[in-house]
Amino acid sequence: MSERPIHFYFRGAIRQLDGVAPTRTVLQYLREDAHACGTKEGCAEGDCGACTVVLGERVDGQLRLRAVNACIQFVPSLDGKALFTVEDVDSVGGLGVTGLLHPVQQALVDRHASQCGFCTPGFTMSLFALYENHPECPSRATVCDSLSGNLCRCTGYRPIVDAVPLAYAQPRVGVDRDAVLAALDGMAALPALDYVGAGRRFSAPDSLPALAAACLAAPGARLLAGSTDVGLWVTKQLKDPGDLIYLGAVEELKAIRTDAAGLFIGAGASLTDAFAALTAFAPAWAGLARRFASLPVRNAGTLGGNVANGSPIGDSMPGLIALGSEILLQRGERLRRMPLEDFYLAYQKTALEPGEFVLGLQLPPQPATRHFRTWKVSKREDQDISAVCGAFAIDVSDGHISGARIAFGGMAATPLRARATEAFLLTRPWDAATVTAAAEVLAHEYTPLSDMRASSAYRSRVAAGLLHRLWLECAAAAAPRSLADLEDSL
Amino acid sequence: MNAPDTAQAAIGAGLPHESAHLHVTGRATYVDDIPVPAGTLHAALGLSSIAHGRLLGLDLSAVRAAPGVRDVIVAADIPGINDCGPVKHDDPILCAGEILFHGQPLFAVAADSHDAARRAARLARVEVEALPALLTAEAAAEAESWVLPPVEVKRGDTPAALAAAPHRLRGEVNLGGQEHFYLEGQIACAIPGEDHTLRLLTSTQHPTEMQHMVAHALGWRVHQVIAECRRMGGGFGGKESQSAQIACIAAVLAVRSGKAVKLRLDRDDDMRITGKRHDFRIEYEAGFDDSGRLLGLKLLLASRCGFSADLSGPVNDRAIFHADNAYYLDAVDILSLRGLTHTVSNTAFRGFGGPQGMFAIESVMDDIARHLSHDALAVRQANFYGDSAGEQRNVTHYGMQVEDNVIAPLVAQLAASSDYTARRAAIDAFNAASPVIKKGLALTPVKFGISFTATFYNQAGALVHVYNDGTVLVSHGGTEMGQGLYTKVRQIVAHEFGLPVDDVRLSSTDTSRVPNTSATAASSGTDLNGKAAQAACRTIRARIAGFVAERLGVLQEAVQFADGRITAPGFDAAFGEVVADAYRARIQLWDAGFYKTPKIHYDPVTMQGRPFFYFAYGASVSEVAIDTLTGESKVLRVDILHDVGRSINPALDIGQIEGGFIQGMGWLTTEELVYASDGRLATHAPSTYKIPAVSDLPRDFRVALFDNANVEDSIHRSKAVGEPPLMLAFSVFFALRDAVAAALGPGARPQLDAPATPEAILKALNGGAL
Repeated sequence: MSERPIHFYFRGAIRQLDGVAPTRTVLQYLREDAHACGTKEGCAEGDCGACTVVLGERVDGQLRLRAVNACIQFVPSLDGKALFTVEDVDSVGGLGVTGLLHPVQQALVDRHASQCGFCTPGFTMSLFALYENHPECPSRATVCDSLSGNLCRCTGYRPIVDAVPLAYAQPRVGVDRDAVLAALDGMAALPALDYVGAGRRFSAPDSLPALAAACLAAPGARLLAGSTDVGLWVTKQLKDPGDLIYLGAVEELKAIRTDAAGLFIGAGASLTDAFAALTAFAPAWAGLARRFASLPVRNAGTLGGNVANGSPIGDSMPGLIALGSEILLQRGERLRRMPLEDFYLAYQKTALEPGEFVLGLQLPPQPATRHFRTWKVSKREDQDISAVCGAFAIDVSDGHISGARIAFGGMAATPLRARATEAFLLTRPWDAATVTAAAEVLAHEYTPLSDMRASSAYRSRVAAGLLHRLWLECAAAAAPRSLADLEDSL
Repeated sequence: MNAPDTAQAAIGAGLPHESAHLHVTGRATYVDDIPVPAGTLHAALGLSSIAHGRLLGLDLSAVRAAPGVRDVIVAADIPGINDCGPVKHDDPILCAGEILFHGQPLFAVAADSHDAARRAARLARVEVEALPALLTAEAAAEAESWVLPPVEVKRGDTPAALAAAPHRLRGEVNLGGQEHFYLEGQIACAIPGEDHTLRLLTSTQHPTEMQHMVAHALGWRVHQVIAECRRMGGGFGGKESQSAQIACIAAVLAVRSGKAVKLRLDRDDDMRITGKRHDFRIEYEAGFDDSGRLLGLKLLLASRCGFSADLSGPVNDRAIFHADNAYYLDAVDILSLRGLTHTVSNTAFRGFGGPQGMFAIESVMDDIARHLSHDALAVRQANFYGDSAGEQRNVTHYGMQVEDNVIAPLVAQLAASSDYTARRAAIDAFNAASPVIKKGLALTPVKFGISFTATFYNQAGALVHVYNDGTVLVSHGGTEMGQGLYTKVRQIVAHEFGLPVDDVRLSSTDTSRVPNTSATAASSGTDLNGKAAQAACRTIRARIAGFVAERLGVLQEAVQFADGRITAPGFDAAFGEVVADAYRARIQLWDAGFYKTPKIHYDPVTMQGRPFFYFAYGASVSEVAIDTLTGESKVLRVDILHDVGRSINPALDIGQIEGGFIQGMGWLTTEELVYASDGRLATHAPSTYKIPAVSDLPRDFRVALFDNANVEDSIHRSKAVGEPPLMLAFSVFFALRDAVAAALGPGARPQLDAPATPEAILKALNGGAL
């Protein structure tokens, strides 16, 4: 590693940046330093999407473009990447110089999809990423998913959604990918980033051994992946997170593989990639994956971050625990593994030792007889924090329950298994009477908090309700058994 | 650019928003995007952490010593009046000794950067003596704690009517407040000028009030301050009075330092500090006949106003005026309580109390229908105001004759186009066969009064410049918050001169160009400013026509303005050419226009008169589904038929209808303001306060305009559209209630409070408790 400026591709050239604090956000850089004010601040916590920008990286030889929230990305995390903002969009294909708009922009104008216009740059960027990633017009569900992190208070969204088919009806344009890739390749030759600014260090080791060594050498340093949580410590709590070790440059950490041992997901895999793998592994993840935060947050955040953060309301952990996942930890050259539920010791306290980091998660092969579901319940469908997130893995043989793993988020200080309910279910017949009785056990198993998301009583009733839903779905009760069923039938 | 923008096409054309091409490219500038002078300081606020108490000590030494800090001010540093209240002067800019709510600004910091100011603002040592706090409308009512005295409006002998009614019912419902959540937070940038002047760049619906408030705070006269707003990133009522505190603090810091000062609130501070839609406690007693027709109604509307009066007087007045919605109330007794609480001072929000009054009567209608086991639509129809011509059942409880009533035909048309009857039957059949998922259906009407109830506000000015080359620049007193006011005024002006809209440009709203403006509020922007701009255009046009007529020796009326040309018998020239000639002939090519709404009058003491120029109407049908295991819900289909009069721009009008509907839906479903027991707002960011997102958009969403030219002489016979569509969302709430009732069984009157969150729905399914 070496001390050098941050390098990133921006406005058609490689930029070098020095002297700024490592926690300066991309949004602050754009608006205050580069005086590029097209990108807006709506909330500074990654929840409104007014600051959406698109990052380009080389992945498997191709240019991958993904939308992220500039307000909670730190500038050094741009190193080696390409940054696109709303000001770039009408120069794609050389349109801007002729006074023409990008098809996405023209469609937004033609569909009357902006009113006050403050959220519009963010929507433009989310749709620009969607357009670049889909040669053909995507489904409405895909469009909505791509906009799940963008709030609009004026239009009610209909014209924005309707703009997409119109954009595809126009002659197609595209980013000059070769030019961007050439710039990315040029930066790839640089040594790993070890940046110091405003008295704080931002190290970005680029291999697993280098990461292990960096963690050992600086056990007090904060590990940073997608900064979808650490970003808020800075923008909202005005905390100084100290020296940072960035995980994003460690390719090995992003590995995802399926083999005889089951599914392995590296801690550095983005939530977008991780949920794609989880859904392929167990299709019941699909609904949760879509409702997990928003697309820009899933693009930036990692599964390892969600798990290591140890929040009682992280949405990946109930399902991972129900499926019997193990967490793999590395410290120096020492590897250890433990059942994921054992990783959580108390509220925001985990088994992670100083100098240790999460290597990944291992999901064992799943028996064919297993019924697995995971659901979240919150006030809003898109980008909300769960009141309750539940997961059930019930093994049934010869009509009896031979295995039961049930885990919840939002019900306790940590993600927690419902062991009393599991014990009740075990060996009993898999039928409505058992489920009804087990739901009673479950309704009293936890003593959840009351807060602005939900009351304790509501959480307990919903936990029991989800067990009923599991039964209805697995016992093939007549649809609709859930609102999702109803939507599927529309 | 593409379509032929002929004068004839300008009115009624669905042209894009005049800034749309700037919005999508990020080139539309908001206050925070405007380049600032070198040395500009950035401000942040220090907030109270108790709801009520005495400020005993404020040690700001650490704040002053923090890196980059240039100035710190407290209430005593305000040179003029420490007040930014729009009506009653009870709104301190900075805490003057008594802490009135959790989050109240105690002091302000100016520093070299936004970040430095925010960091410094957290370093104060505050000594307080906490006092008991009133936090809810009910607590305020119990303590008889008012920001303004209770108001009662009565007609007929309600106790007798109730006693004689064949059926009587009591009910109560809690209706939550709402955060505006304009995407652009509150912001002002104050730039000191020469000789004791100040230019204020402000995101506000009310530049004139900002000008006045800033002058008062500085101890200056009004002509020393210029307030300017090109556009807001959303307003919704939240930038009517609420932008004043921000503007005043920026101005005081700017004048003290001699430097430009920008105050941009962080989202969390914005949500903690600024007022919201009033939440209401509603109680009623209704008497009615076998058909569900109301015979007598006693209604309590108790609101939480917060720590000051702000606009709570007119907001609660409008709740009273709209407690009829579209229904004739014969014997009626409405008591309106304006509770003083130790919470943010609730304020204007799209609908301005109207929605709360209308929600009350819709709750009554729904309960009557459920009590009688009638279809709710039939009960609503039985209560509609009578035919205007028949002069039966057509006078409101505030003494105004409803002369333009179209609710019955509008609802009939919507019921037919939405297939209401057949779907009602289909949903009943669905519910009979579906134990877990239940569907609900509701059709609700809207009648909304248009005009400021403060009659003097119903005036507007405009300034129109025709330049030598034939291009036109328009200024007026209205502000652009996304609603498309500038676009519509541009169309109106283009139409008057027979020009393509590209030849007409709107300038920012600026108190140095058009003075003494009213807030852009009460849906009145186009009605008032469009008429004022039209008046200015007509003055100028008459001069040009006179000039041409004199030259040609024809009558002035023979001179026509169309297609970018001016024509008369034997004459045809481009508008620009004629204008250039007129200039050389010393014809005045610019002028001001003025408009005041006719016919309106009302006595604020008796609350009788004609407060509204006309009514806007609409109706919607919503079909929803709920999950009885979790209380989650989904809106499946929405049909809307809405009356915008003769539309000036149908694309913008549909945008207002859809956007207003979704915003209303959010208010009644996912948007929950939660205050902790210590008065702290627990939902102060989008992570915890959930406005509708894209998946909340109904999959099947059908919106149509009702063909109905305004009977009053409004601008091109159009109707105001900003606020009325918000209340179309009642159909979502009452459809949810219908679904809960379906789960509970025949005759059930679910105790469902708003917002109907999953928890509220599950609670209602469980008989009102969990």
